Amino acid sequence: MKFIQNILDKTRPAVTTGKLKPLYPLHNALETMMFVPDHTAHSGAHVRDSIDLKRTMVTVIFALVPAMIFGMWNTGYWHFTALGVESTLMENFLYGVQILLPMIIVTYAAGLGVEILFSYLRKHPVNEGFLVSGMLIPLIMPADIPLWMVAISTIFAVLIGKEVFGGTGMNILNPALTARAFAFFAYPSWMSGDQVWISGLKSGEGVVDGFSGATALGQYAAGSEAPAIGGQALDAYHAFIGQIPGSIGETSTLAILIGAIMLIASGIGSWKIMLSGVAGALTMGLIFNLVADYAISTDQQVYMALPFWQHLVYGGFAFGIVLMATDPVSAAQTEKGKWIYGFLTGIFCIMIRVFNPAFPEGVMLAILFMNVMAPLIDHYVIQANVKKRQKRAQLATANS
Amino acid sequence: MSTETQEVAKSREPLFSKKNRKLISDPLNENNPITVQVLGICSALAITVKLEPAIVMSISVFVVLAAGNVIISLMRNIIPNRIRIIVQLVVVASLVILVDQVLKAFVYDVSKQLSVFVGLIITNCIIMGRFEAFALGNTPWKSFLDAVGNAAGYGFILVTVAFFRELLGSGTLFGIEVLGNAADKTGLYAIGYENNGMMLLPPMALIVVALIIWVQRSRTKSLIEE
Repeated sequence: MKFIQNILDKTRPAVTTGKLKPLYPLHNALETMMFVPDHTAHSGAHVRDSIDLKRTMVTVIFALVPAMIFGMWNTGYWHFTALGVESTLMENFLYGVQILLPMIIVTYAAGLGVEILFSYLRKHPVNEGFLVSGMLIPLIMPADIPLWMVAISTIFAVLIGKEVFGGTGMNILNPALTARAFAFFAYPSWMSGDQVWISGLKSGEGVVDGFSGATALGQYAAGSEAPAIGGQALDAYHAFIGQIPGSIGETSTLAILIGAIMLIASGIGSWKIMLSGVAGALTMGLIFNLVADYAISTDQQVYMALPFWQHLVYGGFAFGIVLMATDPVSAAQTEKGKWIYGFLTGIFCIMIRVFNPAFPEGVMLAILFMNVMAPLIDHYVIQANVKKRQKRAQLATANS
Repeated sequence: MSTETQEVAKSREPLFSKKNRKLISDPLNENNPITVQVLGICSALAITVKLEPAIVMSISVFVVLAAGNVIISLMRNIIPNRIRIIVQLVVVASLVILVDQVLKAFVYDVSKQLSVFVGLIITNCIIMGRFEAFALGNTPWKSFLDAVGNAAGYGFILVTVAFFRELLGSGTLFGIEVLGNAADKTGLYAIGYENNGMMLLPPMALIVVALIIWVQRSRTKSLIEE
C-alpha cells in the first residue's frame, strides 16, 4: 500500500494546482477509497464521528459478502445440475465467480464512468454512493443476462435514478432497483420466465431432458402446489438455505440474515424498516391465507393458501427488505415514518406477488413504489409532530 | 378608436418583419409548447411509438391550429367575450372532424393507430391556448405565423421522441428495418443486440421528453431558473 500512497502523494500537486486539474475527482476518489482521508474541518470546532459515508458504504458491502459467496456457489450448482453433470463444491463456486466477476466489473465501469463524468461537469469529488449500488446490481440480475444489458441498465439507473436529482444523497429511487426495473421492462425475455434463472438454460446446450428452470414463486403463481425442479423440491427449507433458482444473490435467506445482523449491529441498516417489513409481509400473507377459499381461480387459491411465513424465504423478499428497502437515502427518514414505510413495503410486496400473475416477484416494484411515497410519509409524520407540539404549547400558555 | 388605427399601422409592416419571424422561432425553442409550456403532453406520450403516426399527428395539429387560429382571428371582433370558449370549441371541433375524415379516407391504417387521439386534438391544450392567448387579439397573418411556429415546435418534439422510441424500441424507422431483422437475427441482432421493450411503453416517452427538456434547459441560458 505504501507505493500507492507514494504515487498519490507525488501526483497530488499536478491535480490540485497543476495541469491535470480535471482529473482531481478521480485522484480524490482513489485516495479516499484506499486510505483514511486527511480532510480536516476548515473553521470552528466540530465533533466528528470516525464513521464517514465511505465507511458506511463499505459496511454494507461486507454485509453483502455472504449472499454473494452463496450466490456464486448456487449459480454453479444449478448450472451443473441442469447439464446433468456431477460437480464439486469448488467447481460450482468457480463457475459462479466466472459469471459474477465480469458483471461486477462491467457494473462498476459503467456506473463509475457516469459518476466521474458528472463529478467532472459539476466540479465536485466523486461520491461513494455507487460503491454499494455497483455491488448490488449484479446480485439482483439473472446469471445469464448479457453484459451490455447490465451496462445499459446501470447507466440508466445512475443517470435517471440519481444524477438527474443531483447525485448521491438526493435520489428518490434506489439506484440498484432502478437498474433492475429498467432491465426488467426493457428486456423482459432476459429477466423473467422459466429460462433465465439458471445459467445455460437459455442457450439450451446439453440440458437434461424436461428440465425447466422455473422459480418456486413462478411455479406457485402458475398454481403448482409442490414446486420442484430437476427432482428436487423447492420447499421452504431449501429456500431458506438458498438452494433454489433465482437472481444471483437473492436466493439464500440464511446468508442475507447474516448480512442483516451485520447491518443492524453496526447501526447502518434500519432494524425498524426490516422488522416492520417482515410484519407487513406476514400480515398480508395471513390475510391471503384467511381469504384463500374465496379466490376467483384455483391457481390463485393455491398461491393464496401458501403458508404466510413461507413468503419470507422465497424470491427476493429477504434481499429486498434487508438491503434495498433500508437504503437510507430513498427510505423514509423519520423514525415513525420508517415503521409505516417498511410495513407498507411488506404488504405491497405480497399483494403484487399474489394478485398479479405477470409479476411472481413483487418486492422490486413494492420498494420502488414506497421509495416514491417516502417523502409523503415523512411530510405527514412531521406535520403530525408539529401539530402535537403546537397543541402542547397552547395548553401550556393556557395553563400559565 | 385608437385600436383600429394601430391595427392598420401593423398591417403595413413587411410580412416577415423581425417581430413576425420571432412568432415562428420562439415556439421552436424558448417557448416550446411541449418542453417549456408543458402542453399537449398526453399525445406526445401516446402516439410516439412509431415515426409515421407522430408525423401524421403533427400535420393534423398543424392544420387544425393554423386554420383555427386564422378563423378565430378573423372573427375576433365579433365574438362576444362571454361565449368565446364555446365559439373556439365549435371551430376546433369542426376542424378536427374534417381532419379525422380526411385521415380515415386516405391513410386508414395510421388513422387506426392514432385512434382516439385525433378526436382528442379538440382538447389539446396547445390549440385552445393559442386561440385564447394569441388569435383573439391579433391579425390573421400573425395568428397564422404563430400557428406555424407552435405546430412546428410541437411536431419537432413529437418527431424527435418518436425517432428514438422507434429506433431503439423496434429497430426500425418509418417501418424500415435499419438495425437488421430481429426475427432472422441479421444486422446488429446477429451480435446479440436486442430491442429495448421499455421504449415501447408510455413511461419511457416521458423519460425521453424529460431528457430533451434537460438538454434544452442546459443549452438555453434563458430557461435556467434558480
